[in-house]
Amino acid sequence: MLFLTRRLLHGILLLIGVSLLSFLFLQLAPGNFFDEMRLNPQISRDTVAALYQQYGLGKPLPVRYFAWLESVAKGDWGVSFAYNSPVAPLLFSRSRNTLLLTGLATAFSWMIAIPAGVLSAASRRRHRWVDDTGTLITTFLLATPDLLLALGVLWLAIHTRWFHAGGMLSPESADSSMPSRMKDLALHLVAPLVVLVLGSLPVLVRHVRAAVVDALNSPHVRAVEAHGISQSRILFRHALPTAASPLISLFGFSLGSLLSASVLIEVIMNWPGLGPLLLEAILARDVYVVIGSVMLSAMFVVCGMLIADLLLFLADPRIRTEDLA
Amino acid sequence: MSSSKKTVVLLAGLCALHLAVLLAGFLSPYDPVRQNRDIPFAPPTPIHFAASRSIRVSSPFVCAIDENRNEPDQYVENCRRTYPVQLLVRGAPYTLLGIVRSNLHLFGVSAPARLFLMGTDAYGRDVFSRFLFGGEVTLFAGLLATALTLILGAILGILSGYYGGWVDAVVMRGAELFLALPWLYLLFALRAFLPLSLNAVQAFLLLIAVIGIVGWARPARMIRGVVLSSRERHYVLAARLFGGSDGYLMRRHIMPDTYSIVMTQAALLIPQYVLAEVVLSFLGLGVGEPTPSWGNMLSTLQQYSVLASYWWMVIPGLALVPVFLGYIILASDLSLRETGRT
Repeated sequence: MLFLTRRLLHGILLLIGVSLLSFLFLQLAPGNFFDEMRLNPQISRDTVAALYQQYGLGKPLPVRYFAWLESVAKGDWGVSFAYNSPVAPLLFSRSRNTLLLTGLATAFSWMIAIPAGVLSAASRRRHRWVDDTGTLITTFLLATPDLLLALGVLWLAIHTRWFHAGGMLSPESADSSMPSRMKDLALHLVAPLVVLVLGSLPVLVRHVRAAVVDALNSPHVRAVEAHGISQSRILFRHALPTAASPLISLFGFSLGSLLSASVLIEVIMNWPGLGPLLLEAILARDVYVVIGSVMLSAMFVVCGMLIADLLLFLADPRIRTEDLA
Repeated sequence: MSSSKKTVVLLAGLCALHLAVLLAGFLSPYDPVRQNRDIPFAPPTPIHFAASRSIRVSSPFVCAIDENRNEPDQYVENCRRTYPVQLLVRGAPYTLLGIVRSNLHLFGVSAPARLFLMGTDAYGRDVFSRFLFGGEVTLFAGLLATALTLILGAILGILSGYYGGWVDAVVMRGAELFLALPWLYLLFALRAFLPLSLNAVQAFLLLIAVIGIVGWARPARMIRGVVLSSRERHYVLAARLFGGSDGYLMRRHIMPDTYSIVMTQAALLIPQYVLAEVVLSFLGLGVGEPTPSWGNMLSTLQQYSVLASYWWMVIPGLALVPVFLGYIILASDLSLRETGRT
C-alpha cells in the first residue's frame, strides 16, 4: 500500500505545482479582461474600476492565489468574468462531454491497438508481410495530423450523410423518445470518435508491438520455446503477461495526449466539451476559466496515472511485494 | 550503406523543400496578399499544351477565366486568345530573406490572363503564392522553436545531470510538471496570458517562444540521462584530474556525447512543432491575416461550405503529410544509428 500512497501524494503535489505555475504565468501576462471594457464608451470608468476591485485583480499574486484556493475549497474554482458566475459548474457540465468522448476513444483505440500490435509482433518472422503492412499503415497515420483527419472525416460526413457533421445533439431530437435521442447522439459521436481513434492508434500499436517483441525475445520465452511449447501458448501464456507492465504505464500517459487531441477536434467538430470553452475563454481573457480547464485536464491526467498505478500494483508482483522487501 | 544513402536522400528532399519556401518570392507568380475580389474561389487554372488538332504540342499556355453568366461563382475558360506561360517575368516586387529586393519571378502569364496553380481563396488571392510564403512561416516556426527547445533542454539537462543534488531535483520536478499537463492545454494556457492582437513579426516570434518553451522537459530528461553516464567516463575523470573547470568539462567532454540524442529529438520535435503552429494559427491564436501561414490558410475550412466545395483549400494540410513522413523516417533512421552505435 506504501506504493499507492506515495503515488497519490505525488499526484496531489503535481496538481499544486500546476496551479502555482498557472498563477505565475497569469502574473506575467500583460492585459486583462477589463482592458476591453475600458475601451467601451458605454461603460463608465468607475464601473470598470469597481469591477476590477471586486474581482481582486489589483491585489498581489499570493493574495490572489490564496483567494483562489479558498474558492476551490468552496467548490467555486474562481469567477468567470464573461459568464459572471462561478467557474466550476461551467467546467463540470462541459467536462462530462469531453470525458464521454475521450473515454470512448480510449476504449476503442486500446481495443483495436492491442490485437493489432500483438498480431504485428507475432507475425514478424513467419508472415513478414502482415508486420510490414501494419508498419506502413501506422507510419502513414502517424504522419497525418489530426487536423487533416478531422477535415477529411467532416468532408465525408457532408458528402455521404452517413453520420452527422459537427455538434452533439440535433435540436429537433430534444423532445423525442430516449432511444431516438441515443441514436442521434451516436450519429454525432461517429465523426470525432473516428478522428480521435485514428489519431491515437499509430502510437499505441507501435508501443504494443514493441512491448510484445521485447517479451518474445526475452530469455524466459526462449527457454519455453526450447521446451517445445506451442507458439500460441507461448504468446498468450508467457509473452503477453510480461508485455502488460509497460503497456499499463503507457495507458496513463496516453490519456494526456488524447485530451490534447480532443481539444482541437472538439473545436473543429463543435463538440460542446472543454475545448470550445477553453478557446472562448482565451479569446475573452477569462483567466479563471483558463486556469480551471488546465487544472481539470491535469486532474484527468493524474487520475489516469493513478488508475495505471493501481493496475500495475495488481498486475505486477514485483511492485506488490516491494513494501515487504 | 543503403540506409545511410536513404537518409541522405531524405535530408536532401527536406532541404529542397525548405529552400523552396525560402525562395517563395521568386518561385511564386504573385504577391501573396494581393486580392482579386472579382474571382473568389477560382479553381486551379488549367495549363494547356495543344491548341487544336492541327497543333499537337505547343509550349504551355493558359486561357483567360471568365465568370459564368448563368451561375455566379462558377468560372469558364475563354480560349479565344491564349497566353503562353513565360519564364523569368517581371512582376510584383518582393524581398528575399529580408535582404535582396527584386521583382523577377520564375514564371507568369501576361496581364488579362492569370495563372493560379492552386486556385484562389475567398478574396481571390493566389493560393500557390500563399502556400509558398505560408510555408516559410510554418516550417521555420517549427525549426526555430525546435532549436529553442533543444537549447533550453540541453542547458537544463546538462546542468542537472552534471551537478546532481538540488539542481537536479529542482529541474526534474519542473520537468514532471510540464510533462503531466496535456501539451495542447499547456500551449493554450501560455498563449492565453499573452496579447492577442499582434503584427505578423511579433506573432511569429511569440509563437516560436511559446511553442519552444512548452516542450523543454522531454529533451532535458533524455539529455540528463546521457550526461549521468558520460560524466563518469574515464576521459572525463582524467580531464577533471588535470584541473579542467566545470564549464570546460561540460562543454568539451560531455556535450559532444549528447549530440546524437539531440539530433534524434530534433527530428521528432520539428513535425510536432510545425503542427503546433498550424493548430494555433488555425484556431486564430497564431499568425493572423493577411500574412499567410499553413494554419491560417486552413482556417477558412472551418466553414463547412468551403470544405464541401473547394478542395484546393486543403492543399496546405495535405502538404504536411509528406513533410511529416520525411521527418518521421529520418527520426527512426537516426535512433537506429544511435542504438546501433552503443
